[in-house]
Amino acid sequence: MITSAIIPRPLARLPWRLIFLIAAIATFGLIVLYSAAGGSAQPWAVKQGIVFLFFLGVAIAMSWMSEATIKSIAFPLYGVTVVMLVGVEALGFVSKGAQRWLDLGPIRLQPSEFMKPAIVLTLARFYELVPAAEIRRWRAIWPAAVLLGVPAFLILVQPDLGTCIMVLLCGVTVMFLAGLPMWIFIAPLAAGAVAAPIVYNMMHGYQRKRIDVFLDPESDPLGAGYHIAQSKIAIGSGGIWGKGFLHGSQSHLDYLPEGHTDFVFATMAEEWGLVGGVLLILSFAAVIRWGMKVSSNSKTRFGQLTAAGLSATIFFYVAINLMMVTGLAPVVGVPLPLVSFGGSAVMTVMLCIGLLMALERQQRSVSTLA
Amino acid sequence: MKPIRITSTHQSITFSRRMLLLGGAQAAVGGLLIGRLGWLAIAQNEKYQLLSESNRVQLIPVPPRRGWLIDRFGKPIAINRASFRVDIIPQQLEKDRDIVPEVARLLDLEPDDVDRIRHELAQSRGFQPVSVADNVPYDQYAAITVRLPDLPGVAASQGFTRFYPGGSAVGQLVGYVGAANATEYEKENKNPLLLVPGVKIGKEGLEKALEGTLRGQPGGQRVEVTARGRLVKELDPKPDISGGTVQLTIDSDLHQYAARRIGDQSCSIVVLDVSNGDILAMPSMPSFDPNNFSDGISQAEWKMLSQDDHLPLVDKSLESLYPSGSTIKPSMAMALLNAGIDRKQRVNCTGAFQLGNHTFHCDKRHGPLDMDGAVVHSCDVYFYTMCLRVGAEKLSPMVRSMGFGEKFDLPFDHQRYGTIPDPEWMMRKYHREWQGYDTVNMSIGQGMVLINPMQLAVMASRLATGKRVVPRLLKNKPVTPQTQLAVDQDHLDFIRLAMAGVVDHGTAAAAKLPLDGIQMAGKTGTAQTHNLSAGERGNYTAANWKLRDHSLFMAFVPFNNPRYACGAIVEHGGFGAAVAAPLVRDTLLYLYDKQKALVALDTFEQSIGGTLDERVARKTAAWRQANGFPPLPAKQA
Repeated sequence: MITSAIIPRPLARLPWRLIFLIAAIATFGLIVLYSAAGGSAQPWAVKQGIVFLFFLGVAIAMSWMSEATIKSIAFPLYGVTVVMLVGVEALGFVSKGAQRWLDLGPIRLQPSEFMKPAIVLTLARFYELVPAAEIRRWRAIWPAAVLLGVPAFLILVQPDLGTCIMVLLCGVTVMFLAGLPMWIFIAPLAAGAVAAPIVYNMMHGYQRKRIDVFLDPESDPLGAGYHIAQSKIAIGSGGIWGKGFLHGSQSHLDYLPEGHTDFVFATMAEEWGLVGGVLLILSFAAVIRWGMKVSSNSKTRFGQLTAAGLSATIFFYVAINLMMVTGLAPVVGVPLPLVSFGGSAVMTVMLCIGLLMALERQQRSVSTLA
Repeated sequence: MKPIRITSTHQSITFSRRMLLLGGAQAAVGGLLIGRLGWLAIAQNEKYQLLSESNRVQLIPVPPRRGWLIDRFGKPIAINRASFRVDIIPQQLEKDRDIVPEVARLLDLEPDDVDRIRHELAQSRGFQPVSVADNVPYDQYAAITVRLPDLPGVAASQGFTRFYPGGSAVGQLVGYVGAANATEYEKENKNPLLLVPGVKIGKEGLEKALEGTLRGQPGGQRVEVTARGRLVKELDPKPDISGGTVQLTIDSDLHQYAARRIGDQSCSIVVLDVSNGDILAMPSMPSFDPNNFSDGISQAEWKMLSQDDHLPLVDKSLESLYPSGSTIKPSMAMALLNAGIDRKQRVNCTGAFQLGNHTFHCDKRHGPLDMDGAVVHSCDVYFYTMCLRVGAEKLSPMVRSMGFGEKFDLPFDHQRYGTIPDPEWMMRKYHREWQGYDTVNMSIGQGMVLINPMQLAVMASRLATGKRVVPRLLKNKPVTPQTQLAVDQDHLDFIRLAMAGVVDHGTAAAAKLPLDGIQMAGKTGTAQTHNLSAGERGNYTAANWKLRDHSLFMAFVPFNNPRYACGAIVEHGGFGAAVAAPLVRDTLLYLYDKQKALVALDTFEQSIGGTLDERVARKTAAWRQANGFPPLPAKQA
C-alpha cells in the first residue's frame, strides 16, 4: 500500500507490491518471448504484452468485487463452465475431432481454463455451506467428489490431460484444506503406489514406452524423448549465468521444440542461466506466498478456502510446468503462467490474481472497520 | 468410542495445520526445482554444453587437394586437373518446384542418373550437396552457369579430377581413384569426407598404397545449422591441407617408351638402376587408362577390360608368375662354381638327356661345351648334368640370393613372390621326396620355379654388381645398403663375360646395342607353358596364342661397368631371343641415345599398326562393334 497525498486513494489502496511482482514476471516473459522469436517483438511479445495488460486491467477491476459477489457467482460460474465443456464435447463429436475451444467470433474460449478458478470457488462455497460438524461425514464428501469429477472427466476426454490434472489438484487442495479426513487423501496415494507396478505390467507396449521414455529420455532422443532431452540440454548448457540474451542456440536454431509456449522456461534458462531460473522461481514463490497469506488472514471460511485454492492453482501451474521442462515429470502440456505465450493461461492466472486482490481488499476494509 | 463433535474452532485449527502442511509441501517442491536446476546447470553443465554445441555446429568437410605423383626428375605422373561439376544443395531448393528435369535436360543426363539424384535428394541433410554430374564439359557448365539465377539450389563449381598424362602406360603403376563405396566408408569409421561429392580415393596401385600421404587433411567449413538443416552462418573454417607429393624413382619418359615398345604383347619390363636399386620403369601392358577410371568407368569398358586375355587389369610386373626358363642359368652357373665345378670341364650335348626312363631335351645338339659355352648357347644338357652332380641343396640358396622368390618391400597390395623349390619345400608343400627330375627341371628354370619380372630384373642387377641390390620405388625411402653377395669376384667376372657373350655371339646376338663402346650382357629364356608334343617343339608361332612359350630376357649394361639392369617377360611371346631381347635392347638404348631409340620405336610401331593411342582406339571400336555397343563419340580435343 502506498500512502501519498498525490496519488488518489483508490489507486493507492491497490496491492502495489503484488502488481509490481506480477508485472515484473510478465515483463521478463516478454523479454524471453522477444528472444525466442529471434530478437523480434513479432509475432509473440507484442501480442502477449497486450493480452497481459488487458487482463491486468480486468484483474484490477475485479479487485473491487466484494466477497459476497464472488460467493454469489461461484455456483453459476461453475454451472456455465460445465455446460460449455459439454458443448465443446458435442461440437467435437459433430466435427469428428478433438476440440478444446468454443469459437465465439473474435475470441476462442477454452472453457477448461475457466474451470480452474471455478472449481476452487465452487468447492469453497460448498464447504462454507457444510456445517462444521458434518465435515467428516459422507455427505460432505460425495457432492464435492461429483462437483470435481464431472468437469475433470469432461476435460480428460477432450483430451487435455494437463488441464485435467490441474483441475483435480486444485479441487483436492480445497477439499484437503476444508478438513476432510486424512485417509481420503492418503488411501488413493497408497493404492496408486501399490497399483503402479501392476498397471505398468498390464500396459500395452507403446504405453509402457512412454513411461520408459519419461524415466530415461535419452533412450529415445529422436522420438518421444526429444522434447525433454532438448529442454534439458538447453537448461544444462546455460550454466550459472546463461549464454546471454539472444544467444541461446538451442532455441534460436529450433532444436528446442515449443520454445515459446510450454518450454519457454528452457529458452529462458539457456540465456539467463541458473540465476534467471532461480529468480523466476522465487518471484513465483513470492506471488504464491502472498496468496497464501491472503488465505491465512481471511476471516471467512469461504475467503480462506478460495484464496488458498487460487494460490494453489498458480502453484500447480508453475510446479507442473517446471517439473516437466526439467525432466522431473512427463510432458503433459501445462504452460508457465505469464511467461509462456498464449492468452488462456494469462487469463486464468490473472482471474485468480483478481479474485485474490478482491479478497485481500476485503480483509483490509474489514480490519479498518474493526 | 463416541465421535467428537467438531466445532468451528476445531475446523480453524485443522485449517491452519493443513495450510502449514500445504505451504511446506510447496516450499519443498520449490526447493526440489531449484536443486534440479542446479544439478542440470552446474553439475552437468559440461555434458549439456557439449550436446548443445554438437547440435549447433556441423562440419562440412572441404576435400583436400590430392597429392601429386612425380617421377625422378619431377615430371608429373598423376596430377589434378580443374574440372567442372554441378551439385544440388537441397536446402536452397524452392519448395514447389522440381528442377531435376531441367538440370537433366541441360546436362544431357541419363534416366539412371536422374533416379540416383532423386534418391540422394530424398535422403540428404539440407546443407550437404548432392552431386549431379562430375567432369561436365565446358559448354554444358556454361549453360548451367548462365541459368543459375533461375535455378535456385543448383551449384556449379570447379573441382579437380585426377589426371595421368601417361594414360594407359602408367595404368598398372598408379592404379586409379574412384568414389568410395559402402565398404570403404564403413572401414574408415564412416569418415564424412568420403561422402562429399567429388571426393575420390585410391582404389588400386600406388593411388591406394599411398593413400595416407596423397589424401591430405580435409578442411572443414564449420557452419551453424538449425534443427531442420538450414544453414544460419558460416563459422571460422578449418583450412584443408593438400596431400603430399610423392616422388617416384620412375623415369617417366623411359617408362612411357618401354610401354610403347611392348606393342601389342602382354608383357612387363622392369628397368633398375643397379647403383641404388631405383626402379626406372616397370610398365605392364596392355593396361587400362586410369583417366577413364577417375571419371567413373562405363560398364562396357569394364567388361572389355576384364574379358581381355592379355589381362589389362593385372600388374604383371609384380602379380604374374612365370617359369624363369633359361634366365636362371647364370645363377645356376654361379651355384655350380661355388660348389666347386670346374668351369673348363666339358659336357657333351647330344640334344637329349636320359634320366631314368624319361628323356629331357635340349633345343639343339650343342656337342661338347664348357660352362661359358653352356651359358652363351643356353645348353640345357650341360645344366642337367652338372646340377644333378651338385644337388638341389646347393643350387636353391644361390638362386634365391640372386633375387628369385624374394619379397620386396614395394608399395603394392597384391604382390606375388613365386617359388624357388628345394627338397625341404617339396616335403612341406607336396609331401614327397625331392627327385632327380626336380633338379633337372629346376636347372633350366622349369618345373616348380616361378618368378615375376621384378625378380628377373633384380637378378640381372645382382649378377651385374655382386651386391644385394634391392629395388625401391619411392624416392624418399632410404636406399637399402647393398651388402656383398656370398660369391667369388672371379666367378662374377666369369659370368658377366659369359652373359656378354650371350649378346655378342650367343642366343641374343641379334639384340646388340647399336652403340659404340657400350656393350650389353644378358641371358635369354624361353619358358614352356605346357608339355610340348614333339610336333610342336620349336613351333613358336603356333596359332594358339595361349599355348605359346613365354619369352624372357634379362640384361645389364654396360657389361664391364654395370649401371642399368633390366628384366622382361613377354607372355606367350615365343622364343626369348626373338621378342624379349630386342625389347630390352631398345629400352636400354633409350637410356643412352633417345634419338636412335625413338627411330627404332617409330619403325616398330609402323610395323604393328600405329601408336599406342591409335591401336587402343581401334581395339576398343572393334570390341564395341563385336559386342553390340554403339561406337564411342569422337573425343574432344
